[in-house]
Amino acid sequence: MESGSQQSTQSAAQSATSSRNIRVLIAKPGLDGHDRGAKVVTRGLRDAGMEVIYTGLHQTPDMIVEAALQEDVDAIGLSILSGAHTVLFPRIMKLLGENGMDDVLVFAGGIIPPEEVEQIKALGIQAVFGPGTTIEETARFIRQNVRPAAGLSTGGVQ
Amino acid sequence: MSSAPTREVNPALIELVQRGINGDRRALARCITLIENRAVEAPALMHQIYPHIGRAHLIGITGAPGSGKSTLTNELIKEFRKRGRKVGVVAVDPTSTLTGGAVLGDRIRMLENFGDKDVFIRSMATRGQLGGLASMTNDVARVMDAFGKEIVILETVGVGQDEVDVAKAAHTTLLVEVPGMGDDIQAIKAGVLEIADMIIINKADREGVEKLQLHLKGMLSLAPRREWQIPILRTIAVQGEGIGEVADAAEKHLVYLKNSGEYEKREKARLRDELLGRIREEVTRRVLRLETAPGGLQDTLNQLELRQLDLDQAAYALYKKSFE
Repeated sequence: MESGSQQSTQSAAQSATSSRNIRVLIAKPGLDGHDRGAKVVTRGLRDAGMEVIYTGLHQTPDMIVEAALQEDVDAIGLSILSGAHTVLFPRIMKLLGENGMDDVLVFAGGIIPPEEVEQIKALGIQAVFGPGTTIEETARFIRQNVRPAAGLSTGGVQ
Repeated sequence: MSSAPTREVNPALIELVQRGINGDRRALARCITLIENRAVEAPALMHQIYPHIGRAHLIGITGAPGSGKSTLTNELIKEFRKRGRKVGVVAVDPTSTLTGGAVLGDRIRMLENFGDKDVFIRSMATRGQLGGLASMTNDVARVMDAFGKEIVILETVGVGQDEVDVAKAAHTTLLVEVPGMGDDIQAIKAGVLEIADMIIINKADREGVEKLQLHLKGMLSLAPRREWQIPILRTIAVQGEGIGEVADAAEKHLVYLKNSGEYEKREKARLRDELLGRIREEVTRRVLRLETAPGGLQDTLNQLELRQLDLDQAAYALYKKSFE
């Protein structure tokens, strides 16, 4: 992880000057209290030149979606180790849809059994990063898949 | 900002603004993004909302890292909500100058207000805004104002001129101090103390409160006498103690500003700063467009390096060229 984030610092410095500021929300849904991974990713993406909003532990789907809405983030990273992803992820994706936020890139990390990855992706979560993923890989994925710079149109009606 | 605002307004922008005025939070979020990114639509956006601004009370909160600004902000949100006010918050954290990235973590202390549709919190990175950070946050505050927020809190760390300027641009500026943060002179550098309309001693259950209060009083007594007596208030923000008094004092300060004519004076000073900032931004942008042009930025830098030009000559030459 260390070397990964160092490498990414360099490439980030280059891209920071050439590209727009990507805003990412890193969120911990549910009740597990393990946020080391979320914090490492937060720090790593910062070093990769992104603006990262971290909202702490024990977030409900509503809290996560509301934070993403107010912060107008380009991407959301969900970190979960409790096994509750099969319940919480569908709820989050549904709320994003209801708010017209389908253009927000969602990725997940933590402990998700390989046999459940397809099911998770079917929800519209575009990547699942397990243990061992480098920050560089995550940052590259975000850069390549994030929506174009925010324009005038926003979805959803309140 | 790249060109003067055109008066032919994009219908999508008008719709976005209308949605914001009707209370659509996603429209507010997007308008803030456009301003923050200095998007091409930003000038037209500001023009559209201009008729709707001027009602909100802008409260700036600044202080050293760890002094409890975010926690105090959280408590103030709750207090103003109790008083029936709609609240917007802009929480600014520094951008890494090395990578351009930032970690924005102020929200973490404001989660209690989640679910209240009349509270809108936006985290922001300093980014190195060409026209000045304060000018950008002022525009964000204007949008919140236009979209119905009655209290707008601007929170920044009290280090660095840009950050302090954000809080200074508010109607009422709160400086947060904490007892026992080392050398008392360190805790209250003159420059920051000067901009305060109210001083909050947070974490007032800590040792050293009396000493800090005495010290602050001493410092204030040395300042030129003003009509507004800067109150020194004690809070324990994590327990919600003393927050009502802070809100009372802030409201009192706004009344003072309006009755004394100070309100207009400050507004004018702020507009002046912003106007000069916009001009700097525009000129810088024009020059940056000449990065690789013949006789442009890079060529001029080379000449500077070879000492064929001095800085003043170089700056003037580029300025002139940028308008050709």
